Amino acid sequence: MVDVLVTNGSLLIAIAAIFGFLMAWGIGANDVANAMGTSVGSNAITIKQAIIIAMIFEFAGAYLAGGEVTSTIRKGIIDSAYFVDSPELLVYGMISALLAAGIWLIAASALGWPVSTTHSIIGAIVGFAAVGVGTEAVEWLKVAAIVGSWVVTPAISGFIAFMIFQSVQKLIFDTDNPLENAKRYVPFYMALAGFMMSLVTIQKGLKHIGLHFSTAEAYALALGIAVIVGVGGSLAIKRLKMDSQADRQTQFGNVEKVFAVLMIVTASCMAFAHGSNDVANAIGPLAAVVSIVNSGGEIGSEAAIVWWILPLGAIGIVLGLAFFGKRVMQTIGKNITHLTPSRGFAAELAAASTVVIASGTGLPISTTQTLVGAVLGVGMARGIAAINMGVVRNIVISWVITLPAGAALSILFFFTIKGIFS
Amino acid sequence: MPVNSILGVFAKSPIKPLQEHIDKVHQCASILIPFFDATAAGNWDEAIVLRKQISATEREADSLKREIRLTLPGGLFMPVERTDLLELLTQQDKIANKAKDISGRIIGRQLVIPQEIQVPFKAYLSRCLDAVILAKQAINELDDLLETGFRGREVDLVAKMIAKLDKIEEDTDDLQIKIRRQLFAIENDMNPIDVMFLYKIIEWVGDLADLAERVGSRLELMLARV
Repeated sequence: MVDVLVTNGSLLIAIAAIFGFLMAWGIGANDVANAMGTSVGSNAITIKQAIIIAMIFEFAGAYLAGGEVTSTIRKGIIDSAYFVDSPELLVYGMISALLAAGIWLIAASALGWPVSTTHSIIGAIVGFAAVGVGTEAVEWLKVAAIVGSWVVTPAISGFIAFMIFQSVQKLIFDTDNPLENAKRYVPFYMALAGFMMSLVTIQKGLKHIGLHFSTAEAYALALGIAVIVGVGGSLAIKRLKMDSQADRQTQFGNVEKVFAVLMIVTASCMAFAHGSNDVANAIGPLAAVVSIVNSGGEIGSEAAIVWWILPLGAIGIVLGLAFFGKRVMQTIGKNITHLTPSRGFAAELAAASTVVIASGTGLPISTTQTLVGAVLGVGMARGIAAINMGVVRNIVISWVITLPAGAALSILFFFTIKGIFS
Repeated sequence: MPVNSILGVFAKSPIKPLQEHIDKVHQCASILIPFFDATAAGNWDEAIVLRKQISATEREADSLKREIRLTLPGGLFMPVERTDLLELLTQQDKIANKAKDISGRIIGRQLVIPQEIQVPFKAYLSRCLDAVILAKQAINELDDLLETGFRGREVDLVAKMIAKLDKIEEDTDDLQIKIRRQLFAIENDMNPIDVMFLYKIIEWVGDLADLAERVGSRLELMLARV
């Protein structure tokens, strides 16, 4: 049976690579709108800046910090013991999962439903394994943990956003001189963002590209990056031109200008976090296919992810961005949002931190979901004029529907592919 | 390819339209000053033109009101109660309605404020409009209140404005008592029906300040509910 893998090995890898690449492309073209939307929507950065930031940091996030989640999707969800005798089923399954998730995403986008890439790929993998092979082939505990994280992470990111926004109120807005305090404290928020992102990446992500640091080195390096980001930020703030009329109204306007600088940093973090978590949805199944085929059908090997997989996903995302990003961003830019940089930053920093930590622990979560949680957190702190709960509800519903839809499609493709090759 | 963007989550803010509405209301009420000047000068042509302006501005305020109500569907998550916001809007709108009623009644009856109480009446009217101005200023703090998350210094600032608004309203009550007394002194020499309506007009002008105060207390209530 394993002969299939030997004779058709390179064909299977090629198919998986193409599907994985297309999926990454789709993530870059579509998903990134949500990751960058709050920055563009609050007019903190221009569309062009957003695309440049997204390209650089999505790539960096995917390549430097995407390994842990990729490993989870590759081998965490399915109990490989059930595939030892027929590893080709796992290969077919992973290819079906990719195809199913991709098609579901395209269909949902065409219908205008906000769906989650993460949910569709997890649904697809669980679907083919449970129905195509047997319910015992699924690591239900792990799946339960992942689904649980979908509930917990928005709550956590909402809580963090609430706290960040409260601290901003205390330190900056509710003071005698908000502008001076903004100039004083905003660089620290920048440094905090830089520290979070770099620490998680250095500790958890870099081992997948062959770099190792001790804990002390990691903290020192993260601290160094934080200082650089903070100093760079305060220099940028010094160069801002302020509206000189000093009444309270214009002062808040000036304060928001300071926050707009901060938002460049949090937008970068958001792109980085998105890349680090969502790249796995495209290349996790690919990594599984490649490792099985390369080992000649031996499953469960502890081998690292093959070197070209992470960059393939990263490039896919960046190309998707380059081709469709502008159009997507323009549509966003046309929507007038009633979101000021001080609120957008709180939501983004909270969401990006939560997503990056999840990436570090290997949990595939939904970036959009986490961001919605963060926005609600800022809303709880009475920071946003009006949040449309109807839209929030629709987003939640479409995510729930995505799981069975992804599963059903992947079951269909699984039996089709199995029929073709055997 | 439609974009499924998270930005759909952010609904239209009702705060700017609410501020536009009170600006319109204030504009409407402040036309009463040139209007009464024109009637005192016996220039009824101009008074009619001004009356039309008041009506037109009141209509604009009305359509703003309707627009705000339509953009405030249920299921919005806001830092203030939706019911408070709608109630505030209703109170604001009543000021414009009152201004329209006053000018309409004056034109309809060709009513002239008697020479003897001209000066105190003008002072009374402008004090009542002061209350409207202050209500407008308080409402215009709403966007700063949102910036500060409806707490702290900004809330204190608005609370002070509302306290001042209450003071002005007390002032207008005193002025109203005085002007009624003055009218009482001369009423025997006048057409009784005119006198009846003059009392009514004095009362209605006082209502402008009352309504402005009610806008303030609605705002206060809104801030008190955390």
